[in-house]
Amino acid sequence: MTVMNKFLGAAATMALSAGVASADPAIIFDLGGKFDKSFNEAAFNGATRWAEESGAKFAEVELQSDAQREQALRRFAEKGFNPIVMAGFAFGNALGEVAGDYPDTSFVIIDMVVDAPNVRSVVFNEHEGSYLVGYMAAKASKTNTVGFIGGMDIPLIRKFACGYAQGAKAANADATVISNMTGTTGAAWNDPVKGGELTRAQISQGADVVYAAAGGTGLGVLQTAADEGILSIGVDSNQNHLHPGKVLTSMMKRVDNAVYNAMKDGPGLTTGFNVMGLANEGVGYSMDDNNASLVSDELKTEVDAVAAQIIAGDVAVHDYMSDETCPALTF
Amino acid sequence: MEQLPKWVDLVIVPLVGLILAFFLSMLMVLVTGHDPMEALSLMISGALGSTYGWGYTLYYATNFIFTGLAVAVAFHASLFNIGGEGQAALGGLGVALICLFIPWPHWSIALLAAIAFAGLFGAMWALIPAYLQAKRGSHIVITTIMFNFIAASLLNYVIVNKLRPSGSMDPATGKFPEVTHLPSLGDILNAVGIPFSKGTPANVTLIVALLACVFVYYLIWRTRLGYQLRAFGKSQPAAVYAGISPIKITIVTMMISGALAGLMAINNVMGEAERLILGSVEGAGFIGIAVALMGRSHPVGILFSALLFGALYQGGAELGLWTSIPRELVIVIQALVILFTGALDNMVRLMVAKVLLRPKKAEA
Repeated sequence: MTVMNKFLGAAATMALSAGVASADPAIIFDLGGKFDKSFNEAAFNGATRWAEESGAKFAEVELQSDAQREQALRRFAEKGFNPIVMAGFAFGNALGEVAGDYPDTSFVIIDMVVDAPNVRSVVFNEHEGSYLVGYMAAKASKTNTVGFIGGMDIPLIRKFACGYAQGAKAANADATVISNMTGTTGAAWNDPVKGGELTRAQISQGADVVYAAAGGTGLGVLQTAADEGILSIGVDSNQNHLHPGKVLTSMMKRVDNAVYNAMKDGPGLTTGFNVMGLANEGVGYSMDDNNASLVSDELKTEVDAVAAQIIAGDVAVHDYMSDETCPALTF
Repeated sequence: MEQLPKWVDLVIVPLVGLILAFFLSMLMVLVTGHDPMEALSLMISGALGSTYGWGYTLYYATNFIFTGLAVAVAFHASLFNIGGEGQAALGGLGVALICLFIPWPHWSIALLAAIAFAGLFGAMWALIPAYLQAKRGSHIVITTIMFNFIAASLLNYVIVNKLRPSGSMDPATGKFPEVTHLPSLGDILNAVGIPFSKGTPANVTLIVALLACVFVYYLIWRTRLGYQLRAFGKSQPAAVYAGISPIKITIVTMMISGALAGLMAINNVMGEAERLILGSVEGAGFIGIAVALMGRSHPVGILFSALLFGALYQGGAELGLWTSIPRELVIVIQALVILFTGALDNMVRLMVAKVLLRPKKAEA
């Protein structure tokens, strides 16, 4: 048995030492997988961009089970990976347990706040970005009715919806905002069929612009909107290219920038609360060749002016998560 | 057809199936452009090469022992319980309720209560399909699998709307109080002087699982109920002729089966997560079917096959951590093992029979 152990131990050391230098960064993707065309993929793109620019490597893992959250964190920390980036609020609990055990490792968590001296918590002002696209949606709508389709019904997604509704009402006080959530479980992030059904339901209620903040479910929303000849708004990544001329814009949540910055800052990065808003280009709306014909120059100037007002503090966008209420929308 | 010797059926056939599965898996790894030997050694050393690996392997194995036993008990009565998933989920609800709402003086008392409640909730969830089978003839396979969905919806409702702390995004209950936290296997072994990694989720529930194996052995082969259960499983008309009530056996067997599946929640909910997470069973109820098949519905066999599947899970996690082999391929490897040891069992047995029985024929 001891001989066997030695052999296995030696094999393990050999396998692990191959291609792993110390102080490489690591990234952990949530159960949705890294190619979800949305949140996780944005994180992956940020890491890839850093790797291409710096020529260095990073370790990565896609989780299969909830018990692996803490396991992956500990294993990466023990092997000296630094910093360790994790994409998603679901890591909050595990990181809270682990962070204290590895004081020399820097952790970066996105979309969640974990209070520990070696953790950088990156949160986004999604309500500000959603406000802008809500403003654009109401301006583009001919029926004065705009729709919102969320993924899982959690405070974070209500924050998107609330900002969107405020923006729509600001552009057109008579605008009606219809809001639907896909579900209450993690499966709601990856149900494009239901996303399509909800889109049809909203169209039948008069909506002619729909905003999807629903991960993979949003792909079904965008597809149905394009098929039915109405406009849609993408989320997280720039999704304008998915249906050129049919996607009004995308609410950019620069998760890629957050990951890129974390890896660039490297070990010993500044920790604490890191808010990515309009001011530091953490959120925004996307313009490219695919939607140039949909957004007039006037509208663009108008929206940019609104953005400047928000940055300057002249327009205050209510954050749903601050008190779990929304002035412009009831859930 | 000649019978294979028992030891061949119990040891050689699963082993050959396993080797075939691994051979095919490694071929898959090779085709996708990775080094199969590296993958294999990483899987084995990751699962069994350190006390850390063992900690995770034993944690997963504990889950599979419970669900495997649950399936096995029902098998002996010719009932196919594929509702382990839902029964274990309900067991989790029972554990969460007593941990959250009752102030316990010590973890050992909380553990006993958790055993009672996890078992009770699992048993009650199995009772309804059992009743429908016994009284109405609704097929147990259909009803138990449908009850998995009902359990998922029920837990979804209870967790998201009732037990979730306000403002929390996770579909999960709050953390259980400190006093209900079970000692980990590392704590126990270190206390008696055996060095063992502390950061692993394996916990005292492993001992409960081993006791459950002993219980099932005695139940099936050493009690009157076990005899009735097996007689009913072998031939229902003969059992009825012998005065065994099919209604009673169906209901009692399914409730024991459901209770065993429910007990799994002590390991993953109370021992590991220390809170109830939505979807906490993560397919262990279905893995239990493969574990019971491979273990020939015998507690000792189930123990070993649960260990194998635990090692596969943990080895797969290590593959995900240290190689670029995609997680889908890890699932393929696990699926191949299930396929060869569970579903294609007969194919392997025929192959082994041909090789082993041929010389005898030549002599004769």
